[in-house]
Amino acid sequence: MQSANVNRATPYLFLAPAALVMAVALLYPIGYMIYASFLDWNPSQRIGEAEFVGLRNYINLLGDAAFRESFYVTLKFATVVVSLEMVLGVGLALLLDRNIRGMSVLRTLFILPMMIAPIVVGLMWRYMYHPSVGVFNRTLKSLGLDPIPWLSDGNWAFASVVIADIWQWTPFIFILSLAALQSLPQSAMEAARIDGATGWQQVIYIKLPLMMPVLIVTLLLRLIDAFKVLEVILVLTNGGPGLSTEILSLRISRTASEFRELGEAAAMSNYLLILLVILTFAMFAYNKATEARTARLRKAAEEDV
Amino acid sequence: MVQVGDHVPKIIFDQVSKSYGSVEVLPPFDLTFDDGEFTVLVGPSGCGKSTTLRMLAGLETLTGGEIYFDDKPISKLDPKERDLAMVFQDYALYPHMNIAKNMSFALRLARVSKSEIEEKVQRVAKMLNIAHLLDRKPAELSGGQRQRVAMGRALVRDAGTFLFDEPLSNLDAKLRGKMRAELAEMRDTIDKNMVYVTHDQVEAMTLGDRIVVMSDGFIQQQGTPEELFKRPVNKFVAGFIGSPTMNFLDGELAQEGDAMWVRGDGYALPLDAEMGARLKSAAAKDVTLGLRPSSFTSEGTEGAPIELRVIVSEYLGAQSVLVTRCGAADVLVETQSAAPIRSGIVQTFGVLTGEIMIFDKSTGLRL
Repeated sequence: MQSANVNRATPYLFLAPAALVMAVALLYPIGYMIYASFLDWNPSQRIGEAEFVGLRNYINLLGDAAFRESFYVTLKFATVVVSLEMVLGVGLALLLDRNIRGMSVLRTLFILPMMIAPIVVGLMWRYMYHPSVGVFNRTLKSLGLDPIPWLSDGNWAFASVVIADIWQWTPFIFILSLAALQSLPQSAMEAARIDGATGWQQVIYIKLPLMMPVLIVTLLLRLIDAFKVLEVILVLTNGGPGLSTEILSLRISRTASEFRELGEAAAMSNYLLILLVILTFAMFAYNKATEARTARLRKAAEEDV
Repeated sequence: MVQVGDHVPKIIFDQVSKSYGSVEVLPPFDLTFDDGEFTVLVGPSGCGKSTTLRMLAGLETLTGGEIYFDDKPISKLDPKERDLAMVFQDYALYPHMNIAKNMSFALRLARVSKSEIEEKVQRVAKMLNIAHLLDRKPAELSGGQRQRVAMGRALVRDAGTFLFDEPLSNLDAKLRGKMRAELAEMRDTIDKNMVYVTHDQVEAMTLGDRIVVMSDGFIQQQGTPEELFKRPVNKFVAGFIGSPTMNFLDGELAQEGDAMWVRGDGYALPLDAEMGARLKSAAAKDVTLGLRPSSFTSEGTEGAPIELRVIVSEYLGAQSVLVTRCGAADVLVETQSAAPIRSGIVQTFGVLTGEIMIFDKSTGLRL
């Protein structure tokens, strides 16, 4: 009897250290943040001294035009970059999914940007966007064209950060799409050729539908990432000019460090967190749904031989 | 089944060859498929039969030579311009489309009218007994059903040429037999070019109007099933066609008076007059004797006598296959189970001398 109890407890015993680390490293900070979002808290105070204000931070934020602008910029940024990256990444994968000499080198080159630290990417692009010595404006000048206010005009600045993000993260979609493409059943593609499908028709009717499960997961992963982007924009524009590129994570960091409103920053983080949780759940739900569907199909096939 | 205006071309391979890099898998060869014929390409794996089929389909390029449909060269044409349909070994169904969509894909691409598509899919689905599966996805079907869908997808095309790449090899033995019979029935009702690749000689024998036996990239022999069984040109074809496989015994030719004999370890058999006359002038004295398991009689009263030690008797029902020993060599003998033979004894069997085959030992050619 005694040993049976011990046996049953064994797995939990082994899990305990990991659970402890999880609790300290994950749950505690999140709980702390959620708690802080209900406080009017200045960094000079200890958390115990801060005044409890309930949902006031959240309500204030909803009425705060700057926050709403920032939320809108974030949504716009995420939508634009992820859409463009999906189109470019999948397109590149479709183009490079062939066995010609040198292709493996080319593929490796394509994924290099992803491996560079975002801070470095930001610095690199900032020099390239530099109004007088940057490579873009120098090139324009040598062609006899007017220079472009890459980072000093609101619309151009938004375009500039979009370009830098696309440059860095298209490869991520590219490699996942390429992997998906290369694992597609070869004979189905051959059958399509015999059935008379042109290259485009193969892409539209066979390849893309078969890649869809991978593409959807890729899309969600990229979206989650795009909502949290910080460093590149911080280095490139620091949110400016005006609020044109002030994405949410940048505003959170400024609210905490410049405006010294820890409670409000925490509430903002929670809005972002809620958004990401919704996305993540969408991804889980999608996975669950596909798994359930596969299981149902398999069962149906086995019953009906 | 055949529609007015349908054209079934005669297919001609003219000095076609295939290399991958510096490896030549198919040296230049000629091959002709008569229009409306059911041709089976058969051979062990790696013999080049699938490559031949895929070159015909347009899925592989030719390294040399040309393929003609009647007198039109087609090797530069896309698969879709060759008017053919193909059944793949793994069925190659489109997993995201239901069965009706799978079957109608080619027709939809060709912008055939909805009503005509509907009519064709229904007709073929009924013929193949898959009409109740039309709105299912491939993953919801069993192996045999998927196989039928793959057939169906090819049949709705009404193409001039049908290609089959080992279509039955992913099925279990019982289902394979059933589908083989259905294919044989289909062969007689559809007047199209059919080119069928298999490694299974039983499939080849039962389905083919004509069989092309390939090995190591070379065409060994082509002909009707009966020709290949009765008059194989060499030892490879003789050993490949027929089940159980032919027995091969080392031997040498000898003349005694007017009669020719073949002798070896544990046996001496007279050749019949016709073959004896033919072999008298043969240069080679060292030969390989080929005896089909069905060329023995167990009574011993008929045919030339041969003494065999029975090792094992494999009971197969009406027939039994005896594993026997002649000298040091194993010899398979087919007998009627009604007259059982005990293992372990030495027994005299009769050999039907008219069915004896003699092969040149060094070249393997039948003499």
